[in-house]
Amino acid sequence: MTVLERTALLPDRFARWFAGRGWTPRAHQLELLAEAHAGRSVLLIAPTGGGKTLAGFLPTLVELSGLHDPPRAAGAKSPSRLISTGHAVRREGGLHTLYISPLKALAVDIARNLERPVAEMGLPIRIETRTGDTPISKRQRQRRDPPEILLTTPEQLALLLASADAPYLFGSLKRVILDELHALVISKRGDLLSLGLARLFRLAPDMTSVGLSATVAEPEELARFMVPQRGDVSAARADIIFAAAGAPPNVSMLDTRERLPWAGHSARHALDEIYRLIETHRTALVFVNTRSQAEAVFQQLWRINERNLAIALHHGSLDVAQRRKVEGAMAAGLLRAVVCTSSLDLGVDWGDVDLVINVGAPKGASRILQRIGRANHRMDEPSKGVLVPANRFEVLECRAALDAIAEGAQDTPPLRIGALDVLAQHVLGCACGGPFFADELYAEVTTAAPYSGLTREDFDAVVDFVATGGYALKAYDRFARIRQDKDRRWRIANQNVAQRYRLNVGTIVEADMLKVRLVRSRASKVMPRGGRLLGHVEEYFVETMVPGDTFVFAGEILKYEAIVEDAVYVSRSAAEDPKVPAYEGGKFPLSTYLAARVRNLVAHPQEWRELPQQVREWLEIQAWRSQMPGSAELLVETFPRANKHYLLCYPFEGRLAHQTLGMLLTRRLERARLRPLGFVANEYALAVWGLGDVAQRIDRGGFSLSELFDEDMLGDDLEAWLAESALMKRTFRNCAIIAGLIERRFPGQEKTRRQVTISTDLVYDVLRSHQPDHILLRAARADAATGLLDVRRLADMLSRIRGRIVHKALDHVSPLAVPVMLEIGREAVYGEATESLLAEAEAELVKEATQ
Amino acid sequence: MRSAHLAAQRDEEHTFALAGAEIVADPSGALYWPDERMLVVADLHLEKGSAFAKRGVLLPPYDTASTLARLAGVLLRYAPRSVVALGDSFHDGDGPRRMSSVDETTLRTLRGGRDWIWIAGNHDAELPRDLGGSFAASLAVGPLIFRHLPLAGVADGEVAGHLHPVARLSQRGRSVSRRCFTSDGRRLVMPAFGAYAGGLNIRDGAFFGLFGTLAYSALMLGEQRVYALSAARCFPD
Repeated sequence: MTVLERTALLPDRFARWFAGRGWTPRAHQLELLAEAHAGRSVLLIAPTGGGKTLAGFLPTLVELSGLHDPPRAAGAKSPSRLISTGHAVRREGGLHTLYISPLKALAVDIARNLERPVAEMGLPIRIETRTGDTPISKRQRQRRDPPEILLTTPEQLALLLASADAPYLFGSLKRVILDELHALVISKRGDLLSLGLARLFRLAPDMTSVGLSATVAEPEELARFMVPQRGDVSAARADIIFAAAGAPPNVSMLDTRERLPWAGHSARHALDEIYRLIETHRTALVFVNTRSQAEAVFQQLWRINERNLAIALHHGSLDVAQRRKVEGAMAAGLLRAVVCTSSLDLGVDWGDVDLVINVGAPKGASRILQRIGRANHRMDEPSKGVLVPANRFEVLECRAALDAIAEGAQDTPPLRIGALDVLAQHVLGCACGGPFFADELYAEVTTAAPYSGLTREDFDAVVDFVATGGYALKAYDRFARIRQDKDRRWRIANQNVAQRYRLNVGTIVEADMLKVRLVRSRASKVMPRGGRLLGHVEEYFVETMVPGDTFVFAGEILKYEAIVEDAVYVSRSAAEDPKVPAYEGGKFPLSTYLAARVRNLVAHPQEWRELPQQVREWLEIQAWRSQMPGSAELLVETFPRANKHYLLCYPFEGRLAHQTLGMLLTRRLERARLRPLGFVANEYALAVWGLGDVAQRIDRGGFSLSELFDEDMLGDDLEAWLAESALMKRTFRNCAIIAGLIERRFPGQEKTRRQVTISTDLVYDVLRSHQPDHILLRAARADAATGLLDVRRLADMLSRIRGRIVHKALDHVSPLAVPVMLEIGREAVYGEATESLLAEAEAELVKEATQ
Repeated sequence: MRSAHLAAQRDEEHTFALAGAEIVADPSGALYWPDERMLVVADLHLEKGSAFAKRGVLLPPYDTASTLARLAGVLLRYAPRSVVALGDSFHDGDGPRRMSSVDETTLRTLRGGRDWIWIAGNHDAELPRDLGGSFAASLAVGPLIFRHLPLAGVADGEVAGHLHPVARLSQRGRSVSRRCFTSDGRRLVMPAFGAYAGGLNIRDGAFFGLFGTLAYSALMLGEQRVYALSAARCFPD
């Protein structure tokens, strides 16, 4: 099709509207229109600011305008006519396009943006949103009398599908638009969406899909996600349109005049320079990786903010109202800078941002590119980004990211294998929507790309779990949630089951959060009450504090007063040296791709030219005092220090994989009687210390590093550790909640979580010892492979370095070891189980008592 | 001197005095009184899993088997002449009827050849009498008195359950919570023994109410032994 023919698909009124705004339809917008007109599903890959959203809606707007296909339009104008289909009624017209976004704020924003062209062109189209905030009366009306275009989220889609009128509501559906698809598919929400999509394709067989995505490493995988997969034909996929790339981004690394820190993430050394950058730009987004960093950077910037620039703070723990206020001020152009976390990675367009500063490690090439794309949401102007490494290792990572950006390399993760806990939630949802045959549902589920490899055995195990818990001991038949009727169709046992499903739908399991309320410092013992809500913190962060401790939150230094039910009460504090908050959030591991690049950079001195001089010198001294790790090798250094023996290694595989490695190595060193005491990990290295001298033991023979690092540690050692690992228990808890074993919310009574739930840790212990192959434990292990324990990455590393371990026995600490050694004392020290901590606490007490 | 003594005690029994009686706090959470050859366990909460299942929360149905297996281990080690189940032995009065026949047989075997006293708890005040053993609201033996609910005010020699004490420590930036015995040397609150029994922090007001001050200690349950810590050293939730 020629450009002219494509342009012909655009009705005059649309062409005039474009012209009236001084715009020309972009090539990819017309191309998408042509594909959609031909009844094809399309994935549009475009950089931010490419008019992506309008492109996605254009086919729908044209079809619904009645200007393009007159016979169809006549029906569309009288949307309430009912047509008998023989055994049911279907509505002529009805819901035409469903738009799904990862953020409800984005859905609301897009709806507002769409209203404008629709109003200006006078199109007879009703556009509505449906989110958790939509009033019940409106939701009910939407089911009865749906708009032509509905904008919603994956969770709301699941809820709509889990009702008896889903066939009526979605039977008329022509198109589903999946926005920010690259962000949706990488999590369990993507799994849930894929299952919802499979169901939609069954309810509306003529439906097509439009996917909108940023640039990814494997667009074909996303294109597969968008259409039903059939086992017998080779992978079906949507057509892919690549929008013309915008101007290449202008990205650089801050060339600091200050001394680069050895460790830490605060980037305190560069704050003056960051402030100058803010001063010399219109509006800057200052991205950091964790919420605690956001707090620290925000604090420091205000300390030097002599010109009183409007600098705001935005992260996921802050109260929603506060975040909306910041977003509003940003949109109105009132702010000069926002210090933020991934909470602003997606979402609303802000044309005025002309600089993105990324403080800390970039973590991934695609990720950093998407962040930088937040500057200048206009495609023809280059986005401007400055990377600010917070320490020396991060300089290497920034350098690797800059090289990757220059080459246009992408490192988004591969498509997920659908999680079994999400499937369990979906199966229950299907039963709530109406009775189903297992054969039919299995066929439907396997059309979803993440589940295309699902075996019938696993599917049946999931159905069994939903029905009676999936236990080998068949104790709960009489308590079944779904049962087979005489036709062998599965039905919910009673309406209570459906009510509880609806309260617990979704795959986002928040850590147990406590409200943070600001009160006046407490002189008396009176229990605090009321107080302004500042936001939420993870319960496990508060668990490490005692009353009187201070920490930074919501831009203020606060004193922990007390905890009452679900709230932490805090007061303002004048403390100078607050405790660093350890609450997590936004901790992504370094991408495998970038890790390989960093290893390569380190291994090749000829590439150090591009590095700042102080970093180059650091590496040169390392090469002289010890040696540089080769790109395929694992360098292991040993040295004594202050009566202890240290073992350092540099896998560059990210903190999570290193922590798991540390746990397993200490178990093995313990067994070899080398008496390990603890370890600490950062993104690049791992340090283990103890009383035994590893180097001496190697010299004497009978012990080798290749044995210590043998892959078989992923067998029994891993299993033994998983039995008691708090991270594994947290992983299990998430699966138990998503699968519906443990409920987050209960109908009727609004009890607090502590009152009604049972500890999933206890359930984990019991289940693990009685039915280790239970479906939920399998789901948790699958999560552990990539999640908090990153076992798969560790496995890949161990196999990569087999036979390639280089040991360097040193007299003292090497330059490369310094950064991770500095983490000792800053980070919580991990060690063998909690037993030794108990003994230590007891011994301290005895010492105090006897001194 | 004392620390050396304590270190030598590793993996050994933790014996302490309660109102003049020498008793052993076992790391399983059971209490053994050698002079009487008596073993005490509190808050077994048998059939808690099926009680949840009845309400639609299908917890793994292995809690009763798991609790009984641990109890069997303790009984084997101490071979007591009598066993006191200190109340809330079942999660509800209907529990015994929901027990699987296998678990029923296990329980009967454990009971065999010894006195077995079911003390009434608030969850299981009315247990079916065909369960076997004897039933009592409380039991006084020598200087000790065994009852489920601890009495308010001074109660020398009282051994009670009900509160499910748990102690929390923060050490090296990590928080560790364990079930524990709680005692001031005059009265004792036992840890819950049941697999699905939850816990209450010993810094909760309920404990302060019983002991009057913070001068009570926790015997935290470890893998091989118990660890003695003062309540003042433990953290509230």
